[in-house]
Amino acid sequence: MMFPNLRTGAIRLAVAVALATQMSVAHCEEVPVKIDNFTFEPAQLTVKVGTTVTWTNHDDIPHTVVSAGKFRSKVMDTDQTYSFTFTSAGDYKYFCSLHPHMVGMIKVE
Amino acid sequence: MSDHDHNHDGDGVSRRKVLECMTWAGTGVLWTIAGGVPRSLGLVGSAQAAEASASALTFLQISDSHVGFDKAANPHALATLEEAIGKIKTMPVKPSFMIHTGDITHLSKASEFDDAERIISQSRLDVHYVPGEHDFIDEEVKLYRERYGRGTKGAGWYSFDANGVHFIGLVNVVDLKAGGLGNLGTEQLAWLADDLKGRSNSQPVVVFAHIPLWSVYPTWGWGTEDGARALDLLKGFGSVTVLNGHIHQVMQKVEGNVTFHTARSTAFPQPAPGTAPSPGPMKVADDKLRSLLGTASIIFKPGDERLAIIDTPLQG
Repeated sequence: MMFPNLRTGAIRLAVAVALATQMSVAHCEEVPVKIDNFTFEPAQLTVKVGTTVTWTNHDDIPHTVVSAGKFRSKVMDTDQTYSFTFTSAGDYKYFCSLHPHMVGMIKVE
Repeated sequence: MSDHDHNHDGDGVSRRKVLECMTWAGTGVLWTIAGGVPRSLGLVGSAQAAEASASALTFLQISDSHVGFDKAANPHALATLEEAIGKIKTMPVKPSFMIHTGDITHLSKASEFDDAERIISQSRLDVHYVPGEHDFIDEEVKLYRERYGRGTKGAGWYSFDANGVHFIGLVNVVDLKAGGLGNLGTEQLAWLADDLKGRSNSQPVVVFAHIPLWSVYPTWGWGTEDGARALDLLKGFGSVTVLNGHIHQVMQKVEGNVTFHTARSTAFPQPAPGTAPSPGPMKVADDKLRSLLGTASIIFKPGDERLAIIDTPLQG
């Protein structure tokens, strides 16, 4: 009679895993950051863990986004994009490696 | 080429006359070194250039050709570079060489470097390059160095002598720090100190780099974080000229023994500091574009110690 109990337990676990997965999927937001006039808009942004931030360059000059040791985009020419998914909490300061006076921050909670 | 009268007395041409003479739609600054003090002349068929060449070194500066740029501010950046080189080819007095103060290409593509080389080589002048930030954005960061890095140190700095003048090409576009400006770095500064060691203070020095070594407008990143440290090393020298690009407009100031000058671009103009939301390419009327490309202003004459920054359009 042990077998059905085990099976029931396994099913419960599977359901729990599925629920947990669903919950984390629900947190996977997409948030845009505009690069315009040599500035990041918004320059500071607070997001939840799991969020994907996509930068789009609207300038006629190429830009990058670089966060030391965390992420580094390729050069984005006009209308090109770069996306990064934040999987752990923390403050991610970043800048454009071509125009270092351009700085921004993503706060991940 | 020019119908203007020239003043042949004294130091040569007056500032007003030189400005008039520079209404050509070309793209370079012709530098003449006489008595240890460089001054720029118009790229015209001027008697001054001919006179100067008899006893002095003349060289040319072009900058910011941005080959590959095709946006609204100038969809034909390669064509305007070609026009510039065309003007240089017709100069009655051939300069000794040319310096290019960076941003040869817009996106560091091999095809852009190839196009730039194809056009610039038509000048039949030796060209001494320093890189701009746009020349180091290929994925492996190797195309600039493959083409122009031979015999250079670090990211591409070097020095050479010509007619008794010491030329120093510096790189201030790599390893930039968040929130900062252009950057030379300790390795390059140590090399510079060594390069200058033992030189006579009376030897004229010309320093050229992409981003201005002086603080033109830090809000837009127009300056070099540790530029002052380089200038400290040059303090003892009687004549120092610093030639830069990057800001796509003419600016000059004189500070003690040092003359600072920025050249125009051959590709597109950028706004004067603080006059636009950003330093991005400035779209002007088509018939105005060439008046903002590659023209030059004389702002300093030998013995003249006035601070002067002039960014006057050369054509109405």
